[in-house]
Amino acid sequence: MLKFILLVNKQGQTRLAQYYEHPEHDRVSVERDIIRKCLAREDNQCSFLEYKNFKLVYRRYASLYFIVGVDHTENELAILELIHNIVETYDKYFDKVCELDIMFNLDKAYMILEEMVMNGRIVEMNQNRILLPIRVMDQATQ
Amino acid sequence: MPTVAKGDGMRGLAVFISDIRNCKSKEAEQKRINKELANIRSKFKGDKTLDGYNKKKYVCKLLFIFLLGHDIDFGHMEAVNLLSSNKYTEKQIGYLFISVLVNTDSALIRLIIQAIKNDLEARHPVHICLALQCIANIGSKEMAEALTKEIPKLIVSGETIDAVKQSACLCLLRLFRTSPETVPPGEWTQRVGHLLNDQHLGVVTSATSLIHTLAQKTPEDFKPCVQLAISRLSRIVTSSYTDLQDYTYYFVPAPWLSVKLLRLLQVYPPPEDPALRGRLNECLETILNKAQEPPKSKKVQHSNAKNAVLFEAINLIIHHDTEPSLLVRACNQLGQFLQHRETNLRYLALESMCLLASSEFSHEAVKKHMDTVITALKTERDVSVRQRAVDLLYGMCDKSNAEEIVAEMLSYLETADYSIREEMVLKVAILAEKYPVDYTWYVDTILNLIRIAGDYVSDEVWYRVIQIVINRDDVQGYAAKVVFEALQAPACHENMVKVGGYILGEFGNLIAGDQRSSPMVQFQLLHSKYHLCSAPTRGLLLSTYIKFINLFPEIKGQLQDVLRNNNNLQNADAELQQRAIEYLQLSTVASQDVLATVLEEMPPFPERESSILAKLKKKKPNVSDIEVVKEGKKSSNPPTLNNSAANTPEATPASAPVPVMAAAPAPAPVQSASDDLLGLSAGPAAAAPVTNNFAAPAAPAGGGGLLVDVFDTPPAQNNVSTALAPQAEENFFNMPSGETAPSGDASATELDGRFAIKNNGVLFENELLQIGVKAEYKGNLGRLGLFYGNKTSYPFQFFTPTVSCPGELASAMNVQTKPLDVNTVEGGAQVQQIINVECIADFVDAPILSIKFSYSGSMQQINLMLPVMLNKFFEPVEMDATSFFNRWKQLSRRPGQEEQKIFKASFPINSDTSRTKLLGFGFGLLDGVDPNPDNFVGAGIIKAQSSQVGCLLRLEPNMQAQMYRLTLRTSSKSVTTRLADLLLKLF
Repeated sequence: MLKFILLVNKQGQTRLAQYYEHPEHDRVSVERDIIRKCLAREDNQCSFLEYKNFKLVYRRYASLYFIVGVDHTENELAILELIHNIVETYDKYFDKVCELDIMFNLDKAYMILEEMVMNGRIVEMNQNRILLPIRVMDQATQ
Repeated sequence: MPTVAKGDGMRGLAVFISDIRNCKSKEAEQKRINKELANIRSKFKGDKTLDGYNKKKYVCKLLFIFLLGHDIDFGHMEAVNLLSSNKYTEKQIGYLFISVLVNTDSALIRLIIQAIKNDLEARHPVHICLALQCIANIGSKEMAEALTKEIPKLIVSGETIDAVKQSACLCLLRLFRTSPETVPPGEWTQRVGHLLNDQHLGVVTSATSLIHTLAQKTPEDFKPCVQLAISRLSRIVTSSYTDLQDYTYYFVPAPWLSVKLLRLLQVYPPPEDPALRGRLNECLETILNKAQEPPKSKKVQHSNAKNAVLFEAINLIIHHDTEPSLLVRACNQLGQFLQHRETNLRYLALESMCLLASSEFSHEAVKKHMDTVITALKTERDVSVRQRAVDLLYGMCDKSNAEEIVAEMLSYLETADYSIREEMVLKVAILAEKYPVDYTWYVDTILNLIRIAGDYVSDEVWYRVIQIVINRDDVQGYAAKVVFEALQAPACHENMVKVGGYILGEFGNLIAGDQRSSPMVQFQLLHSKYHLCSAPTRGLLLSTYIKFINLFPEIKGQLQDVLRNNNNLQNADAELQQRAIEYLQLSTVASQDVLATVLEEMPPFPERESSILAKLKKKKPNVSDIEVVKEGKKSSNPPTLNNSAANTPEATPASAPVPVMAAAPAPAPVQSASDDLLGLSAGPAAAAPVTNNFAAPAAPAGGGGLLVDVFDTPPAQNNVSTALAPQAEENFFNMPSGETAPSGDASATELDGRFAIKNNGVLFENELLQIGVKAEYKGNLGRLGLFYGNKTSYPFQFFTPTVSCPGELASAMNVQTKPLDVNTVEGGAQVQQIINVECIADFVDAPILSIKFSYSGSMQQINLMLPVMLNKFFEPVEMDATSFFNRWKQLSRRPGQEEQKIFKASFPINSDTSRTKLLGFGFGLLDGVDPNPDNFVGAGIIKAQSSQVGCLLRLEPNMQAQMYRLTLRTSSKSVTTRLADLLLKLF
């Protein structure tokens, strides 16, 4: 299962963090350490790395990094494409998503993520269905 | 760049975020945040009429601050208030806040539960979904108790809409993980399986996750799901990418769901029903076939999604481990990936192949890729990939390729990344031990390890090499030689000094004959490192020096000078000081005989799982096999940890001086008693120092000159204790009567072997009692001292040992036993008993010692064989070649005088050790009699009271065939047979 999803910019600032397992004591320093490790990697390195007793799968989009912590039962490539699917879904909703879209619409970004991954497991991968509830909400407020 | 927030934009939030982004320093940012927190706090406190919009804005700000790495300790109440809002957006933000900033212990949880309850009953499915998502994210125990009952209904009800079903599945999964007992059993469990057939792939995905977790707990209940999962999988893999529309991802139909289904199937063994099994194999073949098709898109997303399914299929194939053809196909496919330009694929291929290497069907196929993997180790630019290559090499290693793989790993180690060196060192050490070409190679490999990566060689590794050298007599001379050479390097690692110090201390005498490594040279070499070493290493060297005093009396003066040196006698380090004082005192007061007894060579270590392996498993718990994990759980005190602690050879010499002092006239240190107890409580491994516990004044017997412990078979008592080791604790408590003790018969052969060439040692040991023996023989007389040590803290009552000579032995041997003065052995105490034996005629069986005593109310009985063999009454004879050949010819005339055996060597052939063994056995060796210098010729006399039997021996080793030819000629048929039997076990 997924342990957490982090969205981080090139400066190492967390822009979105969702934890599916909560016992992480000292969240901030562990998070920093994870981010530092991922940011230090070069492009020719593989997208997975062992970290403590779990694995990190990460993918970089221009200045944004998506970092997912998974246990050893997860399929790394599937997670890698899950990240891409999240990005595509954000793209579809925000229309060419960038860091600022996430920052200024944190609630929406979380909501979309919630529709895709819940309790550390994939719920829905169909982009149209993922965006259905949030579109309903947008219509209601307009 | 102005960015307009979508939907209902919040100006205040935008301003705050911009402010933070404009902060030039961390301090400025902190200041701005503190200001904002104060602002929000006051708003929450003061303004009771805060409207939903404002609450939402502040909650968003708090979330943002949280993401910046600050802990938020307020705002929860406001978030809870938002839950009861009628506006979807406000409700949503309330749930979001609670889900991200969870606080399960909070008193608010009851309010949250109430809000969730309300929403679960709401009309709007979006509200229900929010509530379910919240449960899925928090899933506390209270929630489980309050809400679990409702969820299964939602999942199986026909009226529930798909999105709610999906959320409900993952929600139940969460509650099941939190507290399985709250999840109600019932017929819903059967109906949940049918969700695998649901039209809606989103529902199937969520349901598969739920079923996967439930099935891991109770596989039987969900067995019907296997068939459903296979048919669903089959429909997906055979569909075209247009069939599944929105669930097709870059031309791959439902990749995530396929992965999940394949995972679910890994909970179960291969289906028994042949039709079902055929169908599954078809699916797997289709997936493997698709990997060979040209890609439908050049995008990496396409290949990733396709390969995600492929790797999971391979995992399933490996999990089933029953279809050789699929396993080999999988291996070939991974072989292709090993050279793929995508780093990710190379990484994953190495990882999966590591699993394949452990299957008997594909192990050979994996080995074919060894060269590629070695190249990867050398050329990969990513350390994570190199790490996987190391793992795979480790996994594919067996007897056939160990030498090459270990050599490659060693050469890689010189440049390896610091992060993986320690693990590599462990792996090399394990492989070298597991698949030794021979033990000299093993010793070379470990010394190389220390030379190349000394800093990363953990204690376990060098303890282990010492254990092995001590247990294998055939490498001791070689080990002494190579450590001596290694120590000559100008810069040598401290670990090398430790190994060198220990090995030379035990076996330095084996190379002392050579001028270049004379005792003095050995000592000076070691001492030249002394001042560069840390205190523990110096302590070890001091122990080496006292051993040298025993081994090489000729340099005693120089050694005592070192001990006497003020640097040591007044060292600030208490341990060093104590060692120096005690060793000095020991060397001054004790006679050479006492010294030889105290500093006798270490007895073999009990065989057990390598402590290095234990360390590796500890380091990488995820890769260790489940068995080990299970085992660790079973015993509250994992045996592996005990081992590594008790196993340390250094621990034993450290305690050596203590019992010594008790015997010497010097005042006994206070800790001696506690140390001794510690030694006992440390369990079987503590067997090592026991020889030192015998503070017996008796001089060591003739065999004392024999410094090599020739046997690598563990002593009989250690067999018992290692067998007990995994559940050591349990056994301690249920220790039945003498049943677990080895019966005389069982240990007879081991006794023959172990004690045939030595006179002292531990005869028996179990959880309660340890029996040590010291013996001396002269002519046809022998005297055995038996030492009974009570290992418990309770007394043994009615302690009565008796010795009997069964059958024919009664007429061949006289045994006199001195009764014990006491019949109670107090806890922790040791009593001694002397037994005199007289050999009247030659004999086969050994006298039997039976011990009865009462321990905490139950009677214990132990029967043992005493280590009295015919060859104990042997005296060596010197003669020249002419008289030897005269007698040799004389002794071939009558039948039964000659016995010839041709046999396979049980131990590696080594001239030095063979020599030692024959001398220990009692023969006088006649050099230069046999024209072939490799052969041994010896003579001796068996001295029985009724007759004396002359014995001649010729032993011809054949290195190439690893065989021996043993020829014995004596004047008595029975003696010939018995001696041949005894000798056979030695070579």
